[in-house]
Amino acid sequence: MFEITLQYYLVLASLLFCIGVWGLINSRNAVRVLMSIELMLNAVNINLMAFSAFIDGQLIRGQVFSVFVITVAAAEAAVGLAILLSLYRNRVTVDMESFNLLRW
Amino acid sequence: MNIAISTQTICFLILSSIVIVGSISVVLLENIVYSAFLLGGVFMSVAGLYLLLNASFVAAAQVLVYVGAVNVLILFAIMLVNKREELKPVKGLKIRKIFSAAICFGLLALLIRVDLITPWSLPGPVAIGEEATARIGEHLFTDYLLPFELASVLLLMAMIGAIVLARRDVPTKDIGTGNVVNQSLLEKPNVPILIDKSSN
Repeated sequence: MFEITLQYYLVLASLLFCIGVWGLINSRNAVRVLMSIELMLNAVNINLMAFSAFIDGQLIRGQVFSVFVITVAAAEAAVGLAILLSLYRNRVTVDMESFNLLRW
Repeated sequence: MNIAISTQTICFLILSSIVIVGSISVVLLENIVYSAFLLGGVFMSVAGLYLLLNASFVAAAQVLVYVGAVNVLILFAIMLVNKREELKPVKGLKIRKIFSAAICFGLLALLIRVDLITPWSLPGPVAIGEEATARIGEHLFTDYLLPFELASVLLLMAMIGAIVLARRDVPTKDIGTGNVVNQSLLEKPNVPILIDKSSN
């Protein structure tokens, strides 16, 4: 049986990141956009953890970084959903195509 | 934690296929509630990948924060804004989708090429395995102390900001009649102030 090396984790993270990017661009539901952002953050976390395990095995700075990324992701989700709620209250829709407040 | 290589490979293949299939379904499924629950599954299998990488603390943090907090938050958001609505057709949506998919495939090809041709300095030092949790604690209270404290301030700011943004301001007295306004949290039909008038 072949051994799982660093490259397998990196390719998995790249796939997850690109799926997240596609979802971020193409979702029309604002909640799904937030989900895609979480997917992208998870891809970055997988990268950090793989590097920490395979290259930086003694100091594991990658694990510390992913703890920080998880913290920031939680804060981002809370603020993002609050913004979404207040947008929904004012526009009565979650369609991304109708959020044109910043368009001149 | 030492697992036989074949077990590790099988676990990796199962977990990564769950991650890929789950995330594709999160992005593509019509029903947003299914997407939210599948997102929880994706988070759980990412935690399994962390366990394969000998990182039990981060795996536990992933389950607690992502599955326990972020995913529940997303479900509550879906519950609060769940309205069946007919999306207005947008001109050129199909072309946009194909175009962005092409760009994403290009990005994917670039990333995979970088992953595979870069000479990573392998093999690195031997992983410390079970000691990882203690080492993370040492890092957090010595050389990463400032980011750690900043993270706590950031969480406080995010909490207050979320409360301020999501709160609905109700005046104590009705401006017209002077009667006391009902302050309960019942969903009242409120007047939207920013209705999109550009379409009609």
